[in-house]
Amino acid sequence: MNIHEYQGKDILRNYGVAVPNGHVAYTVDEAVSAAKKLGSNVSVVKAQIHAGGRGKAGGVKVAKDLDEVRTYADEILGKTLVTHQTGPEGKEVKRLLIEEGCDIQKEYYVGIVLDRATSRVTMMASEEGGTEIEEVAAETPEKIFKEVIDPVTGLMPFQARRLAFNINIPDEMLGKAVKFMMNLYTAFVEKDCSIAEINPLVTTGEGEVLALDAKLNFDDNALFRQKDVQELRDLDEEDPKEIEASKYDLSYIALDGNIGCMVNGAGLAMATMDTIKHYGGEPANFLDVGGGATTEKVTEAFKIILSDSSVKGILVNIFGGIMKCDVIAEGVVAATKQVGLEIPLVVRLEGTNVEQGKKILDESGLNITASESMAEAAEKIVELVK
Amino acid sequence: MSVYINKDTKVIVQGITGSTALFHTKQMLEYGTKIVGGVTPKKGGTEVEGVPVFNTVEEAVQETGANVSVVYVPAPFAADAIMEATDADMDMVICITEHIPVVDMVKVKRYMEGKKTRLVGPNCPGVITPEECKIGIMPGYIHKKGHIGVVSRSGTLTYEAVHQLSEAGIGQSTAVGIGGDPVNGTDFIDALKAFEEDPDTYGVIMIGEIGGTAEEEAAEYVKDNLSKPVVGFIGGRTAPPGKRMGHAGAIISGGKGTAEEKIKVMNECGIEVADTPAVMGETLINVLKNNGIYEKCKTH
Repeated sequence: MNIHEYQGKDILRNYGVAVPNGHVAYTVDEAVSAAKKLGSNVSVVKAQIHAGGRGKAGGVKVAKDLDEVRTYADEILGKTLVTHQTGPEGKEVKRLLIEEGCDIQKEYYVGIVLDRATSRVTMMASEEGGTEIEEVAAETPEKIFKEVIDPVTGLMPFQARRLAFNINIPDEMLGKAVKFMMNLYTAFVEKDCSIAEINPLVTTGEGEVLALDAKLNFDDNALFRQKDVQELRDLDEEDPKEIEASKYDLSYIALDGNIGCMVNGAGLAMATMDTIKHYGGEPANFLDVGGGATTEKVTEAFKIILSDSSVKGILVNIFGGIMKCDVIAEGVVAATKQVGLEIPLVVRLEGTNVEQGKKILDESGLNITASESMAEAAEKIVELVK
Repeated sequence: MSVYINKDTKVIVQGITGSTALFHTKQMLEYGTKIVGGVTPKKGGTEVEGVPVFNTVEEAVQETGANVSVVYVPAPFAADAIMEATDADMDMVICITEHIPVVDMVKVKRYMEGKKTRLVGPNCPGVITPEECKIGIMPGYIHKKGHIGVVSRSGTLTYEAVHQLSEAGIGQSTAVGIGGDPVNGTDFIDALKAFEEDPDTYGVIMIGEIGGTAEEEAAEYVKDNLSKPVVGFIGGRTAPPGKRMGHAGAIISGGKGTAEEKIKVMNECGIEVADTPAVMGETLINVLKNNGIYEKCKTH
């Protein structure tokens, strides 16, 4: 799960990670009064959307007085920002972070992620802050330093010091940098983050070590024990179909094509998309109905697919293991009865209770093209939507 | 012969009184798996499906001599369950549970270092040695005894591959589902090593997906260490970057973990990769024929 920068900074502040003072604003007036409250000479007006690259897209402005805060807030609120992470349709700005400006001396990078190769949490740091870390990794990998963290001890001070020395934090700010990193690690673990990225981390003329930006992502599997994080979810930032799907524990991702897919199992769902593409079609979504789906869940899944107006045909591909084919068939029939079906539907069923499943579909009177194999099913649906 | 489990494997089910566990305990018993006990705290002394239930794994092992545990415990408690099985010195613990927080799994991995227990999963379909022992949630009837080892990150895609093989008369020695999480126990390399050492496995099919670099590392291992032919498939060629495709581990991030990269490395390491999942079986059969072992692999 993603949250906004200002929310991430609030969490970090609670863990003693130094961040600039700032307030969220939903309107221009709120932005101006936030700047007044800060009372700093310079304030920064920052668009809050769940995507990087905001600065380049004109979503971050430095204001020298309250009039400028008003001007920039007015300009940015309601604007649709298009960045390399938003897709071509962009994202509308509905919230601003009004933050106190600071005298930046140098920009660094600090990030924490899971390292899959070692199954350990790893902290990375670089002197090349403020730019895309992927670019640094590709062009000058020697400028990224890593510390693998033992979960028993957590990040040790010597590791944080080594990182700070490696990225050439000035000696007089070393202590602050170490404290920053240690607290960042604690926040990462205690809040079940999947990513904590500070880019840039800055040293200031006042001798501070601050997180100028903060990107926190959370492990969806751990949200059950992070109720306060759950409350930070911003539904405006998500696809409405994905929100609907998450209500029913369905794993759904909207894509650009016109063939709706309903599959059980993430691996098979991906492979089904690949097969559609192989035959020249374009999948409209990834949808894994999961293992323990009920008829109701399948019905909702089917309705979500049908709610996408770009869908011109549907492919259902089920290999029942834990999932029973008759449950799928009942769900398909129930959904089409509720919302109607005017587009082609190809169904391939295999596995547990396959005969009962096929019987239900046959007797439903629905216009369904049955298929014996995945390849045949994909080929048929691609043909039918042409 | 087979890998990891066989007809003599004695299994306990952790979380046996839950509804999913109960359903699958029944299925496993029907398949012929020797389920000798179950564990649910505070339900010790009772019995389900004719299987005695114990309060702790330690007690279950002492009373039954079980050597493998399968975990169906809900996600918030699953990490603890795996560690309990490790503490009891089980040979292997197979964790079916999905949605375990990754921070928990990092601790589990650390806890298991230097201990004898092998972990398979979590978030996996389990392990099956056809016609001998089925531990997990896979549909037993699609499997056929034979000589092909199957190792996969995806459950349903494993069924797809196994089904294609069985339909074509090619049986399996053992199928190992390693699971779709970013932190898991047994990995491709562990399973490949086991298949190489198993005299009854003649060839291997490995099924990967986007995310991480496990497939690339496995491919390098195959090049240097495997005498047996290996074919592969990678799911998620068409997956967009930055989107988590169901499995917590299936995500392309920072330009890493794409299907193209994996397929390229696998090809370079001599692994034939099926173009679509529909031809996984066919691809393997062609490779078996080219290696002159197709007849040997055919189940008569």
